[in-house]
Amino acid sequence: MSISMTHAGAARRFLTLLVLLAGLVLSSLALAQEADPGREAAFAVPAVDADLWRQVKAGETGPNYRDSRAESTYNLVNASGETWRQIRERWISPFGAIAVLGMIAAIALFYLLVGRKKLDEPRTGRKLLRWSLVVRSLHWTVATLFILLALTGLNLAYGKTLLRPLFGDGAWAAMMSGTKLIHNYLGPLFGILLVILLLRLLSHNIPKAHDLQWFAKGGGLVGKGHPDAGFANGGEKVWYWLLATAGLAVIASGFVLDFPNYGQARDTMQWASIIHAVGALGLTAVALGHIYIGTVGTEGSLEGMTTGYVDESWAKEHHNLWYEEVKDQAIPEEQLAEQRPAAEGETPAPRSG
Amino acid sequence: MATMKFMCDAERCIECNGCVTACKNANEVEWGVQRRRVVTLNDGEPSEVSISVACMHCDDAPCIAVCPTETLYQRDDGIVLHDKDLCIGCGYCLYACPFGAPQFPKQNAFGERGKMDKCTFCAGGPAETKEEEYQKYGANRIAEGKLPLCAEMCSTKALLAGDAQEVADIFRQRVVQRGHKDGGWSGNPRAEADSLAYDATQQG
Repeated sequence: MSISMTHAGAARRFLTLLVLLAGLVLSSLALAQEADPGREAAFAVPAVDADLWRQVKAGETGPNYRDSRAESTYNLVNASGETWRQIRERWISPFGAIAVLGMIAAIALFYLLVGRKKLDEPRTGRKLLRWSLVVRSLHWTVATLFILLALTGLNLAYGKTLLRPLFGDGAWAAMMSGTKLIHNYLGPLFGILLVILLLRLLSHNIPKAHDLQWFAKGGGLVGKGHPDAGFANGGEKVWYWLLATAGLAVIASGFVLDFPNYGQARDTMQWASIIHAVGALGLTAVALGHIYIGTVGTEGSLEGMTTGYVDESWAKEHHNLWYEEVKDQAIPEEQLAEQRPAAEGETPAPRSG
Repeated sequence: MATMKFMCDAERCIECNGCVTACKNANEVEWGVQRRRVVTLNDGEPSEVSISVACMHCDDAPCIAVCPTETLYQRDDGIVLHDKDLCIGCGYCLYACPFGAPQFPKQNAFGERGKMDKCTFCAGGPAETKEEEYQKYGANRIAEGKLPLCAEMCSTKALLAGDAQEVADIFRQRVVQRGHKDGGWSGNPRAEADSLAYDATQQG
């Protein structure tokens, strides 16, 4: 018994020694590891590295992304915000101003150099119906809304630079909130009415082969002679299709911006605002050309949209193909004057229809 | 003149949301608006990291650049404030802000968003009286010589606020104590030379 006990005791002592030795070796190994600062530093900060920062800048929000703000759809850093700002401030604002002011300058120069496009032949006094009352009403409503939206839109874009110095804080605040209300509430109305007007005028604006020749001759804007044109000439068709493409894009993007209640994301609204601004500034510039040609630029055009009737000479010169179709329907001026009061009650013929 | 800055030390943030609560309480921010938020990346993974975010009072603030009414402006000490009387609720500041700081109380049809609200660095905003200022913008602790409450109440001192130079000094000291393989500068071309020894007993 005692022998075996002594043996057991010796074995235990030996084992203890072994464990102690092993411990000594291991701890010195561990000490050696701690003494390598590079190795420690590599493990100390595992989370924030270049990859994570790339992830953040790309706006990634994986399944393990949390935001303590209620119903937040935001990423950590909205990097596209700066892109949006640069596109808006560096490109759209200056080039939009150049487009609009450049158009005004070009029109003024054209008017001074070439002047009003007069009728080649004297008026015959016989009138042709060009625009129905419905189209005229639509046109002037859409036109009024367009001008209001263009002015308020320009104020939102450039008012801070141009008008702010002229206003005190109180008047400026009231003017700007009024501007925003007009723009946001009349915008959808404009959109709906423009779509109706476009549908109504679609049949007149289908591109035809003779439109190409119209463009080749520059629309007859300068000099004598008129290229062939149907009810709508090449230029009018371009204006129509600009409104049917860029115009619809402006309307669609406007709806995206005007109705944040559908919860569209910031990025969607950034793109919508860029499309809206580019399209609207471009259309404003082209609209100035449309207004010039329709009013002082061409003799006999405006009366078509105010009274609905145009002179036979005007139709023959500007829309010869259309004139050939409808020349039988020409009505003498006197007959028209007699018809009007009868048709429209006691009031004398209102020129605006 | 001091330049006021926030800095969140992501290695200390424990996403307790104390800053969010402190802000809400100090400024009586209206329902639905939360001026400060805590973002956690890789939640539940070994690389999990949290950071508290609010208006960072940028030097070249995008919100100021795009605002059509000059609602937003920067004080000489770098704090970006907003004038609620001028705000028309167009949302441009929200599109441009890198940190999702500007918020609107409403989100209704015809762009009816109400007046924008954002972190003021606890510096209030333009108003006739103190009461009006508190009601519109919340506390003006800066005028009382105090720092923003979110940073003051941060339990781990992860969120720092104050003069940029002092904030940078505190953070630099932390980096030195923690050690960092490239001296705390990511993409440092002199990383080998700048490597700070890591001292396990001094974890920041």
